[in-house]
Amino acid sequence: MSDSLTCDVVIVGAGMTGAACALYASRAGLDVVVVDRGPVAGGTTGAGEGNLLVSDKEPGPELDLALLSLRRWGELAGELGDRIEYEAKGGLVVATTPGRLTALRHLAVAQRAAGVETVDVTADRLRDLEPHLAPGLAGAVHYPQDAQVMPALAAAHLLRASAARLLTGRTVTGVLRGTDGALRGVRTDRGDLRAPAVVNAAGTWGGEVAARAGVHLPVLPRRGFVLVTEPLPPRIRHKVYAADYVADVASDSAALQTSPVVEGTAAGPILIGASRERVGFDRSLSLPAVRALAAGATSLFPFLAQVRALRTYAGFRPYLPDHLPAIGPDPRLPGLHHACGHEGAGIGLATGTGHLIAQVLSGKEPDLDLTPFRPDRFPPEAR
Amino acid sequence: MNPQEPARARPGPAFTLTFDGREIAAVPGQTVAAALWAAGATSWRTTRRAGRPRGVFCGIGVCFDCLVTVNGSPNQRACLVPARPGDVVRTQEGTGHED
Amino acid sequence: MRTDLAVIGAGPAGLAAALAAAARGLRVTVLDSAPAPGGQFHRQPAPGLAAHRPRLPHDRGRGWRWLRDALAASDVTVLTDHHVWVVEHGFTVHALLGPEQRESVAVRAEAVLLATGGYEKVLPFPGWTLPGVVAAGGAQAMLKGGLVVPGRRAVVAGTGPLLLPVATGLAAAGVVVPALVEAADPAAFLRHRRALAAKLPEGAGYAARLLRHRVRFLARHTVVRAHGGRALTGVTVAALDSGGHVRPGTGRYIPCDTLAVGHGMVPHTDLAETLGCRLAGAAVRVDDEQRTDVPGVWAAGEATGIGGAALALAEGHIAGRSVAARLRGTAPDPSTWARAAGTRARLREFARALDAVYAPPAHWAEQVPDGTVVCRCEEVTAGAVREAARDLGAGDPRTVKLLTRAGMGWCQGRMCAPAVAGIAGCEPAPSRRPFARPVPLGVLARQHRDATATDDATGEGAGEATDEGTEEGPS
Repeated sequence: MSDSLTCDVVIVGAGMTGAACALYASRAGLDVVVVDRGPVAGGTTGAGEGNLLVSDKEPGPELDLALLSLRRWGELAGELGDRIEYEAKGGLVVATTPGRLTALRHLAVAQRAAGVETVDVTADRLRDLEPHLAPGLAGAVHYPQDAQVMPALAAAHLLRASAARLLTGRTVTGVLRGTDGALRGVRTDRGDLRAPAVVNAAGTWGGEVAARAGVHLPVLPRRGFVLVTEPLPPRIRHKVYAADYVADVASDSAALQTSPVVEGTAAGPILIGASRERVGFDRSLSLPAVRALAAGATSLFPFLAQVRALRTYAGFRPYLPDHLPAIGPDPRLPGLHHACGHEGAGIGLATGTGHLIAQVLSGKEPDLDLTPFRPDRFPPEAR
Repeated sequence: MNPQEPARARPGPAFTLTFDGREIAAVPGQTVAAALWAAGATSWRTTRRAGRPRGVFCGIGVCFDCLVTVNGSPNQRACLVPARPGDVVRTQEGTGHED
Repeated sequence: MRTDLAVIGAGPAGLAAALAAAARGLRVTVLDSAPAPGGQFHRQPAPGLAAHRPRLPHDRGRGWRWLRDALAASDVTVLTDHHVWVVEHGFTVHALLGPEQRESVAVRAEAVLLATGGYEKVLPFPGWTLPGVVAAGGAQAMLKGGLVVPGRRAVVAGTGPLLLPVATGLAAAGVVVPALVEAADPAAFLRHRRALAAKLPEGAGYAARLLRHRVRFLARHTVVRAHGGRALTGVTVAALDSGGHVRPGTGRYIPCDTLAVGHGMVPHTDLAETLGCRLAGAAVRVDDEQRTDVPGVWAAGEATGIGGAALALAEGHIAGRSVAARLRGTAPDPSTWARAAGTRARLREFARALDAVYAPPAHWAEQVPDGTVVCRCEEVTAGAVREAARDLGAGDPRTVKLLTRAGMGWCQGRMCAPAVAGIAGCEPAPSRRPFARPVPLGVLARQHRDATATDDATGEGAGEATDEGTEEGPS
C-alpha cells in the first residue's frame, strides 16, 4: 500500500451538505474526494423539499448560520440559477388564531433584531399574497428572504461545480490513523483513501460514521412524510405554513406531530409537509401521518381537497438532541471534522456549513463562532 | 367496417355528447375514449411543457395519457369514464386547471 | 364492511381464488376497478353494447363462461368500480368509488389476495408519443370493451405473444393490418420448441388467420420511427441483425394511421410493495401455496410473474384453497391440488420459454436518440436521462428520477421505468409507490377527521386549529 495521499480532504457523504463542503473546499484550493455508500442525494437530500428558510428559526446560532447560508445561496443562484431551480419565493407564516398571531409577531420582532426581514400581514391583506388561502385566518408574517431549491439537483450541480472526485457506492468502514494517533484518511470497502482531513457529512448516518472513527455523536433519524400532488398551475406563491410548525421543529417529542407546510414547485406539483416522528429508519407508509398532512393542507387551502396526491415518500431528518448541527473539527480526533445533524434544515444550512468547514480546513478563522456546534458537546451515554 | 358488426352488437339508441363544441354520437356502454375514437378523434389533450397532442395509449387506466376535461372536471381518464348523454368533453391543455 | 378474504382483482387469478375459498366456507369479497369482472383477459364488451358474439378469436369463451357461471352460483361478493389505492396492515382495503373516484370506502378482511395483474411495457422510439401510437394491449382493450378501433390501417409491432391476437383481432374488426413487426428471432422458437410444443396448434391458428387477413409477418424487425406531425401518418420498420442491431439500409416506410406496439408485460406490484411483500425480480415472490412473505397476504396471477390466463387460474385456485385452510388454522394438504400444481409447473416453464424467445432488440436503448421523450408524463428526453447518468453521477433509477423528473408524473413511472433504467444503463429497481392510484387530498383529510373524531370523545375536528397551543407529547 502506498503512503502517498489520495487528496487533501475526504468528504463522507454526497448529499447536500457534502456537496457544499466539496464546493467551498475546492474553491479554497483543496483537492477533494467525496465518498458515499449510496448515490448522489440518496439520503435525506433526495427526500426533502429544498427549504432555504430563516422564518422558522429563533434568534441564535442556527439563525446566524441560516443568514450566512442564504447569502451563499444567493451567490450560487447567480452561477447555477435555473439548473438548481432556485426560487426566492419568500415564506408566509400564518396564524390560525389571534393568540397564535401575537406569539408569531413576538418571534418576528426578535428575528428582525437578528437581521431577518419580516413584514407583518393583517388578515385582510392575506389574500393579496396568497389568493387561495382559507378565510378566517388571524394574520401572518411574510419573510421575503425564504427561498427554495430542488435539493437533489442542487447537490448534483454543486458537486459537479466543485470538480471533486466522486466515489459513489463505496462504504466507509473505518478510519486510518498515523502513529501519533491522528487521522490519516478513511478505510472503505473498496480501498483506503488517504488524506490529512476527513469531513463527516453523512447526514442521518453521521452518528455511525463517527462511531467508526471512534467518537460519539448521537445523530438520530426523525421521520417526515411529504405528499406530492398532481401538477397545477402556479397557485401557491410562497412557502406557506402554520405558526405551529416552529413549535413542532423545536419539540423533543417522539410521537407523531404534524403542522401544515404547503408550497408550489417550479415543476407544477404542490409539496405538502411536515410530519415529525421518531420511529427509527422505518420507511413504510404511515396513513395517519399522510392523512394529517392532507387535513392540515386542505384547512389552509380548501381548493386542495379536490386535488389528487400522486405520491408520498418518507425521509429521515438527521437530528441531534439540542436541535443544532455538529460543525467543525473534532477535538477528540485531530483531522476529523463534522458537518451533519442539520435536522430538517440541511438544504438551507448546507452552504454556510460548507463555507465554514472550508475556512477551518484552510486554517482560517471561521466567520461564525463554532462553539455552539462543537461535535463533542454530547456526553457519551452511560452504559 | 364498424367493429360492432363482427361482434353482432345491438347497442341501445345512440345519444350525443359534445367534443370541443362539436356534437358526436355515442352508444350506451362506450367510454369517452371509445366515443371519441368512433368519431375519428385520436387526441384530446396537449402536454404542459411542449404542448404536444396526446390521446389513448395504454387503454387500461395506467398511463394517464388520455386525460381529458369532462363536464368541467379536468384530468379524467377518457379510457375509464363512461360516456353519458349530454356530456361536455373538452380538449385539455397543460395541467387541465385554469391559472 | 367486513369479510374473511379480500381479493384485489377480478381477473382469472382473483376469480379462481375467490371461488376456491368461497367453496370452502369463507366470506369472500372481490374488488376490481373495472365496471364488470373478467380482468384484462376476459374483458367483455360493456353490457350497453349488447354484443351477441363478444369473443375475440383468441378467446374461445369456455373459460369465461365457466368463471362467470360459477361466480353467479357462488356467495362471492364482487365490488366493481372499486379502485384500490392502498391496503393497510390488519387488513383494511381502501378503494375509491366509480369513475369519479372522489370517495373512498374501506373493506376489512382477515386475509388479502393480490391478483392485481399486469400492464404493458412499451419501449420508446422516435415518434412514440404521437396520437395513433397505442399500446398493443390498449388497442385490444378498447376493441374488447368498447368495440372501437383507433383507425383504418394499423401496424402491430414490438415483441411478445400478445401481438398475434392484437393483429388478428384488429383485422377481424375490419382494420387493414399491413404488417406484424416482431423483434424475436424465429430461430429462438426452434431452440425452445419442446417447451412451446403444446401451443403449436394455437400458433398455427394465428398463422392461418394472419394469412387470411393478408397480414405480413416481419420477424426480426423493429419499428425505428413513427412519423407524423400532430398524428401518426406512417412508420419506418427495419430488419435486425443476429446481434439485435438495426441493419443499415433495410428501412422501409409503411403508411398507417395506427401503430399498436408492445414489448411484453410488467406485474402490478404497488399494493404488495406497500404491504412490505418481498419481490423476486419485478414480480411478487410467493411460495408453493402462493403466500407472500407477509403473513395474511397471498398473491396469484400476473402479479407474481407474467404467464397468461391459464396459469393465473391455477395459481388462483391454489391460493384460494390455501387461504381457506390457513384462516381455519390448519395446514392445507397440497395433494388435494396436485392437478393445479402440475398445470402451474408446466405453464411456468412455458412462460419461461416464451420469455426467452420474445425479447426486445438487444440494443434498443442505444437506438433511442437524445431528443426522444422517454417519460411521457413529464416529457423527459433520453438525452436528459443520459446526462443525469453521465454528468451528474446518477447510477440508479431513483437518482435519475430525482435529477430529471422521469417517473414523477401522473403515471408514476409505470410506463417509463424500464426504459429509463435501460437508457441510463442501470438495473431496474422497485419504484415504491405507496399510493397505487392518485388519491384526492379531500379523501385523506376526511379520513383524518373521522379517525380523530373516533379517538377524541369531545368530537372536536382535528383539522381545526384551537388556541390551546401545540400539544407537546411526552419527551
